[in-house]
Amino acid sequence: MSEEDQVKVALVSCGSEFAGVQSQLDSAAEQVNAKLVYPEMDISSLDTIEMEFGLQVASADLKLMMARAKAVVEGTARVDGVFVTSCFRCAEAAIVRNEVRRYIHQNSDIPVISYSFTERTTAATLLTRMEALTTIARRKHLLAREKQTGLTVGLDSGSTTTKAAIMRDNELIGEGWVPTVNVVESARKAYDIALEQAGIKEEDVQAIGTTGYGRFLLGEHFNAQLVQEEITVNSKGAVYLAGTQKGPATVIDIGGMDNKAISVEDGIPGMFTMGGICAGASGRFLEMTAKRLGVEITELGKLAVKGMQAKVEMNSYCIVFGIQSLVNSLAQGSAAQDVAAAACHSVVEQIFEQQLQEVEVKEPLILVGGSSLIEGIPKALGDLLKIDVVVPPHSQLIGAVGAALLASGYVED
Amino acid sequence: MTKVFIYPTNSLILSDLIERFGHTPLAVMGEIHDKITTIGIDSPPLNITPEDPKHGLKYAAVEVPAGVRGRMSLIGPLIDEAEAAIIVDDAAISFGCMGCARTNELTKFLTRDKGIPVLELVYPYSDAEGKEFVYKISEFLDSLPKEDRS
Repeated sequence: MSEEDQVKVALVSCGSEFAGVQSQLDSAAEQVNAKLVYPEMDISSLDTIEMEFGLQVASADLKLMMARAKAVVEGTARVDGVFVTSCFRCAEAAIVRNEVRRYIHQNSDIPVISYSFTERTTAATLLTRMEALTTIARRKHLLAREKQTGLTVGLDSGSTTTKAAIMRDNELIGEGWVPTVNVVESARKAYDIALEQAGIKEEDVQAIGTTGYGRFLLGEHFNAQLVQEEITVNSKGAVYLAGTQKGPATVIDIGGMDNKAISVEDGIPGMFTMGGICAGASGRFLEMTAKRLGVEITELGKLAVKGMQAKVEMNSYCIVFGIQSLVNSLAQGSAAQDVAAAACHSVVEQIFEQQLQEVEVKEPLILVGGSSLIEGIPKALGDLLKIDVVVPPHSQLIGAVGAALLASGYVED
Repeated sequence: MTKVFIYPTNSLILSDLIERFGHTPLAVMGEIHDKITTIGIDSPPLNITPEDPKHGLKYAAVEVPAGVRGRMSLIGPLIDEAEAAIIVDDAAISFGCMGCARTNELTKFLTRDKGIPVLELVYPYSDAEGKEFVYKISEFLDSLPKEDRS
């Protein structure tokens, strides 16, 4: 399949057309040059699918989902990707959705993305999913890449910071990390810092990859070969940096203003959730806590590791009311380290309650993004989930490293 | 003439039987017809927009999945309008099917809860059961007022 070809995506859902989201699904597909199709199957298969699949359900549309998944796996329906979707908050559908995704993944090499919706589906997160799905279908050769080759640059335009990474022959030789102000200017600044550290000239760079919120603008400005959403890039970057490119993994990316939880298999994203609804689950909450405690953000983590979150009562995850709880605790004599620990615990607890409910947590759990450098965060996450949390080297540069790695696919092309 | 709500809500056989006995079937096909022939809405295949699950809030709380509320935006008004109902349980998919078990549970509950005459039957799987099935439906429909209530 060439990069220009339309991607045929099987819609495996339990009635998205009844939930008011169908036009949004079609629109997202159209934007990434994909077409949603209903996989054809024999109606009589609905009578036998439960026992064939091994999952008995009450809803006929869920039987339809399983039968359509079978048609995809057996090749009756020829498609390039599968979008498995069901209503948010439906337990029965969630079980089927996860098992259907696993079934397709294990029995075919067709990429599959899973998604749960409400009628208020946000267009941006839906588009990111469709973009990730069509990327896996179109750019399998890129995602199979396990080593960076040549001299490439990755630029990650995040909501809070902009990162640049320069890689040569599978080694990081330059990095830049600046606050995002103007998307292009901040990227230029980060890129220049990385160039200086690497000791190379810009004209020697063989390929550039851009990712993050400002990826399209940067892609155009720097004439990038690869412009890619952050789910695909971060998944690849995380397993690459953690040295776990094969098998399952879970990636949690806590950025400055939003966060992502991604279920990854062989470096390819499966189910994922994107935050961005509440700043209480982001690095911004930690920044405000550090400011209130009168310490640098880089010191907050060290302080938190020494503290005990249970000594501080927090009544809210909210960035306003949560901080107020911390201030009250300080006023009542709580130690700064306990307040720092409570802030870290609050962030990971909210991620657990809002995002990890939809994503299977499979080890290794790789924590990336700027907040992963705050030591209290991996500790709090490990305590909460009862598993070891891996923070790979250069975890704050995840997107930039992932983009540089994937962009190296264009060096050989 | 009595307005008779049916479950499964898209059963052509039930709908036809009710018409044959001189009553008005309340089936979801009519609602979907209205949706897809509404000029100015372009949300194929059913023209259900994000506004419709909000109409469904009249029948189910916001914590109930959007797909249930979207379906209830079609079915709920039919139950509101119903003067009698026929519910057929465990029907074959080809007899009629709404797809979503949670919607089905809520639909049947609201129908029973309305306090109207309701005939509940189990779907027949043999000739003898089939004859008994049609006989019970005809008896029920004959018992309903034939005169125009409006």
